[in-house]
Amino acid sequence: MTYPRGGLNAHPPSLHPPYASTVKRTPSKPLVLLPHSLGEVTGPVYGHGSVTAAEADLTRQHTGEPLGERIIVTGRVLDEDGRPVPHTLIEVWQANAAGRYIHAKDQHPAPLDPNFTGAGRSMTDAEGRYRLVTVKPGAYPWRNHHNAWRPAHIHFSLFGHSFLSRLVTQMYFPGDPLFPFDPIFNSIPDEQARNRLISRFDLEATEPEWALAYQFDIVLRGRSATPMEEPHDD
Amino acid sequence: MTDADGAPGLTPSQTVGPYFHYMLTPRSYGGREIVNSDLTTQGIAGERLRIEGRVFDADGAPISDAMVEIWQADAHGAFAHPASPKAASNGFRGFGRCPTDAHGAYAFDTIMPGVVETFDGRPQSPHISVNVFARGVLKQLATRIYFAGRADLADDPALLLVPDERRGTLLAPEIAKGLREFNIRLGGETETVFFDI
Repeated sequence: MTYPRGGLNAHPPSLHPPYASTVKRTPSKPLVLLPHSLGEVTGPVYGHGSVTAAEADLTRQHTGEPLGERIIVTGRVLDEDGRPVPHTLIEVWQANAAGRYIHAKDQHPAPLDPNFTGAGRSMTDAEGRYRLVTVKPGAYPWRNHHNAWRPAHIHFSLFGHSFLSRLVTQMYFPGDPLFPFDPIFNSIPDEQARNRLISRFDLEATEPEWALAYQFDIVLRGRSATPMEEPHDD
Repeated sequence: MTDADGAPGLTPSQTVGPYFHYMLTPRSYGGREIVNSDLTTQGIAGERLRIEGRVFDADGAPISDAMVEIWQADAHGAFAHPASPKAASNGFRGFGRCPTDAHGAYAFDTIMPGVVETFDGRPQSPHISVNVFARGVLKQLATRIYFAGRADLADDPALLLVPDERRGTLLAPEIAKGLREFNIRLGGETETVFFDI
């Protein structure tokens, strides 16, 4: 695996003043370009023992079923060559259907759901595929600016092959009317890159009489090493 | 997901936000932890090490909703990863995760990492790789913890890339036996050096 830097401009810059919290939390001095060594091209490895079957179904973690629109979220985790990233851990968390997190600091006056925690894990299979069952999260207000609302989203955390492929991101839903007004979504300057965070409605994976499906593929840093490249030439 | 030129583009990063704890550091919520801030394993070889520090914003205010992750070699310079030429010892995983508390404080219990050479064979001074995540941080910030007082710091290939006057921000002093302090400042006069990796 090699880790070229060419794709990194997909990421948002650290400073994006419309997202007010970035202002005091952005380094003011330039980052120091670091040639990769073993500590960068390795990273935490979590095997199948890390995930229980129940964790991939966020609707079955309590005695009853959560309220809201049941959905399936499925997709593939790939590298920059489009090759699957197999057996890699995915951690997700989200608000409930009313737009409320169980987090102690979330004070949004929307109801908690005793049947929904909103935390799950999944492991990709040999083809890089994953599947989660959950409920569609609600939009919720935040205090970034007047009348600020986050579009509905699910937080994703992934490791991939190395320290360099570590990714924390958010998955959005197609057609959300809040996109133009959300400074977090719009912190990504490139429109194509931004749109990669919007899941796609997936009729094929939708299960009749049961749940709509959304497809969200994730591309992590890294290219398959080829003999034409120096294997460790950053 | 595929761009016009047919190559899949990277999925962009987004902030971890303020509400990650019940998934990523779920102890206080009764959730199942797969990683925490104690990296030590039964019978692990190496010098025990505790790292304590705080995370501050550009005004010097503590950041109480950050998450710090660390990644390191074992005492022999081996990583628990298939790309490591040497296998890590005694089940040492080398990965830790800790949320900051109301004072911006975090801590890890681990062992002193060994020397890891660069790919062109130069020894690096022992260090721990760090990622900082927080609300307001759109993409994690990467830095390294080095150990103040070591003679090999002067020749460390990564530290040599850092302006002299800023190197101190990467050095964790020993404030008590086996206890090192490493504060992380996202801005301000003594802003921590972050790496573009």
